[in-house]
Amino acid sequence: MRIGDAKQTYVADEALWTSSTQQIWFGLLLLALLVFPFIANSYLLYLACLVGIAVISATGLNILTGFTGLISLGQAGFMGVGGYTVAWLSLHTAVPFPLALLAAGLLTAAVGVIVGLPSLRVKGLYLAIATLAASVFLHFIFSEWTSVTGGMAGLSLRPAQLLGFSFHNDFRMYFMIMPLAVIMLLAARNVFRTRVGRAFIAIRDRDISAEVLGIPLLKYKLLSFGLSSFYAGVAGGLFAYFFRVVTPESFPLAMSIFYLAAIIVGGMGSILGGVLGAVFMTLVPEGLKLLTAAVTPFYPQAPVFMSPLLGVVFGVLIVGFLLFEPNGLAEIWRRIRRFFHLWPFRT
Amino acid sequence: MDWLFFGEVSVAGLATGGLYALIALGFVIIYKATRVINFAIGEIMMFAAYLFLSFAGGMQLPPLIALPLAVLGGTILGGVVEKVMIRPMLGESPISVVMVTIGLASILVGMAEIIWTADPQLLPDFLPREPVFLGQLYLAPKIAYGFLIAAAVLLLYLLYFRFSRGGVALRATASDQAAAYSMGINVRRVFNLAWVFGSLAASLAGILVAATGGLSPQSGVIGLSVLVIVIVGGLDSILGALIAGLFVGWLETVAGAFFGGEYRMLATFAVLAIILVFRPYGLFGTHEIERL
Repeated sequence: MRIGDAKQTYVADEALWTSSTQQIWFGLLLLALLVFPFIANSYLLYLACLVGIAVISATGLNILTGFTGLISLGQAGFMGVGGYTVAWLSLHTAVPFPLALLAAGLLTAAVGVIVGLPSLRVKGLYLAIATLAASVFLHFIFSEWTSVTGGMAGLSLRPAQLLGFSFHNDFRMYFMIMPLAVIMLLAARNVFRTRVGRAFIAIRDRDISAEVLGIPLLKYKLLSFGLSSFYAGVAGGLFAYFFRVVTPESFPLAMSIFYLAAIIVGGMGSILGGVLGAVFMTLVPEGLKLLTAAVTPFYPQAPVFMSPLLGVVFGVLIVGFLLFEPNGLAEIWRRIRRFFHLWPFRT
Repeated sequence: MDWLFFGEVSVAGLATGGLYALIALGFVIIYKATRVINFAIGEIMMFAAYLFLSFAGGMQLPPLIALPLAVLGGTILGGVVEKVMIRPMLGESPISVVMVTIGLASILVGMAEIIWTADPQLLPDFLPREPVFLGQLYLAPKIAYGFLIAAAVLLLYLLYFRFSRGGVALRATASDQAAAYSMGINVRRVFNLAWVFGSLAASLAGILVAATGGLSPQSGVIGLSVLVIVIVGGLDSILGALIAGLFVGWLETVAGAFFGGEYRMLATFAVLAIILVFRPYGLFGTHEIERL
């Protein structure tokens, strides 16, 4: 049992790790992530890469929606900007992948800031619909600006390059995606230990009060949009490198809803929540696939129902979590931890 | 420019806009009374249209019986959704409530695909087929009669809100919830009533829209156009919904006819962006003043 939680400074309260036990656990996690690709089969490796991309994008959306309270339905469009940037750079230049991803992130951040401009005048649902409009415009650009985006056929990419080293299979992609995901997560976590992150949270809790406290709303809202879009852009770039093809249909509206669902299920306003949600929501379709495969021998029609059932399950998860566990998986995780911390006493 | 063609397209667009106005009305009723943005309205329409397909096509009921039955089904769906999903969310942040309706939309699309398969289908004909001419302008009969029905229902709704007890209760709750409550209005029932009436309008419009444009589980995306309409007209304005409905219907059809189908959404969302920048609360909406 852990007794007392006495912290004497703000710095101590905001520390990433409050005990060495946590550091050890985190080290073990990193070690597990490092060993994983050497023991996993190709299917698990493929899933791990998908999860890594989803984690980055969900964290980006969490910065905007979970921490700053600005709801966005444009996440897929932002990822598309990143994906197309990387695809275009890969086709027309020979830049190494870190530069291409950086360019994707920065360009997407710029687009995000432009999309965020109405956020000073409108908020809440109006803003959600403004971002929806942005994603419609972006989709239109992806499919109509043929000379750059290849139109409906999209673009095919060469494998990512770094100093002559080619990331052409899932095993190598894993070593590109996973370290980036870990770094970007730590960065996001650290943002919320700074002035900027606290400003975001103040805006979420009550924007007028935040302004009264001296937080320039426009600046910080745009910053939040930019930061969030940067994450989306990098995730989109990785998505493009991973599948090596981008089309307008790679980034549908359903994808934006998928990420919103991920942060709701995981827990809005919690970095851990974004991670848990992204992992969970990426694995749900795979779980359904396994289930379908198991049922098919007895009921050959089962595969037909796979994709609609997925929609129903997504919907039920969104509604169920909002009704019964609004703080998401992160809260469940916290409860489990509390149980062990306080054992043998009841929580 | 061919003025006759432009006239025909415009009339067809305005007639489609009448249907949009009906859907937008359903949306505005729900918003005015309960402050819930219903992203699932397109899916409620789609569901009611599928019910009509089952009643009229599958069970061979005459359209005059199938139509009220299907509308009733969609209406019950709305009432049940309010009781089961929306009421427990009372007092939660608007974002959460919106996400509940997005989840509901996802559930309805999936269920429709499971029950009625993903293939697009045509509704059995139930509207007269003789072409309609306005002067020289030809108008597709389905659109014309759809517009007439929508206009009649809109009129009924407006009369109901103006003169009936339920309508007055709805308006009272919309203008001041606490005052309405203290005057003895059963606000919970009003919330339910709003969802019932909203879904009723949506169901009827859904069947009429599906009768002209065909039906698939993805038909619910029309809900996106309706979102634009209510934002342009003002979320809490019935008049705004009517005018913006006609306007967006016209704009979509004209943009689609003159520039190609891919410009339809672009045109509507361009209008949306302009409105959001210059008049965020819509043409006729109330500009809410926020107090701490």
